[in-house]
Amino acid sequence: MRHVLSVLVENEPGVLSRVVGLFSGRGFNIESLNVGPTLDPAVSHMTICTSGDQQIIEQITKQLLKLVTVIKVVDLTEEQAVEREMVLMKVGAEDSKRAEVLRVADIFRCKVVDVSPDDLMLEITGDYNKIRAVVALLQRFGVKEFVRTGTVAMRRSMQLGER
Amino acid sequence: MLTGAQILMECLKKEGVDLIFGFPGGAVIDIYDELPKHPIRHILVRHEQAAIHAADGYARASGKVGVCLVTSGPGATNTVTGIATAYMDSIPLVIFTGQVPTHLIGNDAFQEADIVGITRPCTKHNYLVKNVADLAETIKQAFYIARTGRPGPVLIDLPKDVVNATTEFSYPESISIRSYNPNYSPNRKQLRKAAELLAQSSRPVIYAGGGVVSSNSAQELTSLAEQCSLPVTTTLMGLGAFPGDHSLWLGMLGMHGTYTANMAVNNCDLLLSIGARFDDRVTGRISSFASGAKIIHIDIDPTSISKNVVVDVPIVADCKLALVGLLEELGKVSDVDWATRFAPWNESLVEMRSTYPLTYAKEGEWIKPQSVVEKVFALSDGQAIVSTEVGQNQMWAAQFFTYRHPRTLLTSGGLGTMGYGFPAAIGAQLAFPDKLVVDIAGDGSIQMNIQELATAVSYQIPVKIIILNNGFLGMVRQWQELFYKKNYCATCLHTNPDFVALAKAYGAEGFLIEKHEDLEPTLRAAFAHPGPVIVDVRVEPEENVAPMVPAGAALSEMLLV
Ligand SMILES: Cc1ncc(C[n+]2csc(CCOP(=O)(O)OP(=O)(O)O)c2C)c(N)n1
Repeated sequence: MRHVLSVLVENEPGVLSRVVGLFSGRGFNIESLNVGPTLDPAVSHMTICTSGDQQIIEQITKQLLKLVTVIKVVDLTEEQAVEREMVLMKVGAEDSKRAEVLRVADIFRCKVVDVSPDDLMLEITGDYNKIRAVVALLQRFGVKEFVRTGTVAMRRSMQLGER
Repeated sequence: MLTGAQILMECLKKEGVDLIFGFPGGAVIDIYDELPKHPIRHILVRHEQAAIHAADGYARASGKVGVCLVTSGPGATNTVTGIATAYMDSIPLVIFTGQVPTHLIGNDAFQEADIVGITRPCTKHNYLVKNVADLAETIKQAFYIARTGRPGPVLIDLPKDVVNATTEFSYPESISIRSYNPNYSPNRKQLRKAAELLAQSSRPVIYAGGGVVSSNSAQELTSLAEQCSLPVTTTLMGLGAFPGDHSLWLGMLGMHGTYTANMAVNNCDLLLSIGARFDDRVTGRISSFASGAKIIHIDIDPTSISKNVVVDVPIVADCKLALVGLLEELGKVSDVDWATRFAPWNESLVEMRSTYPLTYAKEGEWIKPQSVVEKVFALSDGQAIVSTEVGQNQMWAAQFFTYRHPRTLLTSGGLGTMGYGFPAAIGAQLAFPDKLVVDIAGDGSIQMNIQELATAVSYQIPVKIIILNNGFLGMVRQWQELFYKKNYCATCLHTNPDFVALAKAYGAEGFLIEKHEDLEPTLRAAFAHPGPVIVDVRVEPEENVAPMVPAGAALSEMLLV
């Protein structure tokens, strides 16, 4: 099962390599990894998407916490959280297809951020499932380039009972 | 104002370090320039790997943190096997490596190696110090991290310009690291659950490991076992944590454990694991390991719990505190008459032990390696500190020497590093100058750090190396015999050196034993010799370690041969 881990780490040289080395050394899976500064310059935040059964996820969490530079680990899959990812995507949009591409883009509230005679660059933001859906729909127009940020996520303040 | 080198010395003194192991080079020459001005003894080894193993042997025998100093590049990379060895066995070390000046880092400078990158997966933590102002704090942290929680090696990389830069020195009195807070005290509720499970069980077994040794809780373990009549087995790393001559002792478990210990674990209804980590050499096929038992697992490291085996009562805590707490809870939980309750179980185990003792065919022309270990035990009154190499020698040293005290067996359990035993013996001997320290060696392993004879001779460190010389890489040969149709590829050591002459060439003493009748008198002479000694004992070339659980088999599928 897919899990999204929110990890606070000391903002020190080598900290990323400690985390990544842990995953590769122990054969854990990284689907995406996003790192950035927090408001405290001494602390960085990582969002790690990984997968595995309960025992593996528990190991990953405990192994992360065992790293001396890791401050906190939260498995957001266990909580109610907002998840977002941004994708930049260059989609084939010759005259004949252009209107249809724009229509799909519009439905999913994608932004057109660059235009050329043959293609459109779209900016898409959403959670894991939305991104999957947009990509699936746009693929038939020919995707020329594709980059994604990896998931970021944040716990909701109100955790409503029983989802 | 002090230089980085001076600060290093002051910090070592603050940490109570009076002995370090090392090997110099350009990147640390400034530290070596400072060293003689301070009351810190330096042991010059002949290979950096041996510096780490010696510090490791010192740490295991004494319980203190072992300290090493080596130069950059090849000096640092030579330490990697030693560091990985200590990491796998949770041994507290602090390793100082020289580094090229900060402005050259990343330039492929002469003798530059990214040792922090290289050792990241085999240290508990490591540091590159870029500013002399951070040095004292870093060293304080390193010692703290090395010895607390689950202990382990910590490396500090010191660029040459940082060593020479100056700053005001102050050593932090206290320390707190927000991202490092090992948990020591056990959860009371969990202890109560454990006590209740024990009270309900009828076939309990204690399975103890190296954590009992490193937390100095052998006494508490014995109290628990005696108070509740619980039979005890330990891992290789746990040997000595429980008296090997105790009536509740089952012997070591695992691949070359005793039949009784393995069957006890196989048949138990409650497994109390203390400071052990369910290593594959211990469990055999994991799905069959103690499969009918409830499992209580005490460990300081949360990652050890439910890593290989899902447990019923996890207790993350220092073994000592957990054992003390468990004894208290057991007092409350019931007025069980433990001895009576477990009598049938204990009696069946005693019977099994006498039916299937560890044994070997004693007759024959050749000296049996097992008999050599037994003789070392007898002649040392069981008071020796034993280190081992890796292979059959290690297993025989585990099986045929009776360990009665913790920290008397020094062996590379996790990594299985050939070449560990001799330098580790040197370290242990320096911790205990008046004790008999014996390295039980194989003719293959000893050649991996034989150069340390020069170290032993130059400081007159009187370790006794007993080579169980079978002319083979014996343990690999045993596997080839049993599982690879005797295809002895690359395991015959036809061209061993004359070890006696070699010892003498280094200025040590050498003895050769080929006949049964020479064994005792020559060992006596070797032990009586005041300096370092090699004893080359020619033993049965194709003797096997028995019993054996084939790799991947269940403990119950043990071969008795
Ligand atoms: C550094 C290293 N290389 C290889 C091995 C694999 N290995 C395990 S036991 C063994 C044979 C050891 O031979 P020897 O030291 O003669 O001991 P014996 O088994 O004959 O007692 C080998 C090669 C190892 N454990 N360590």
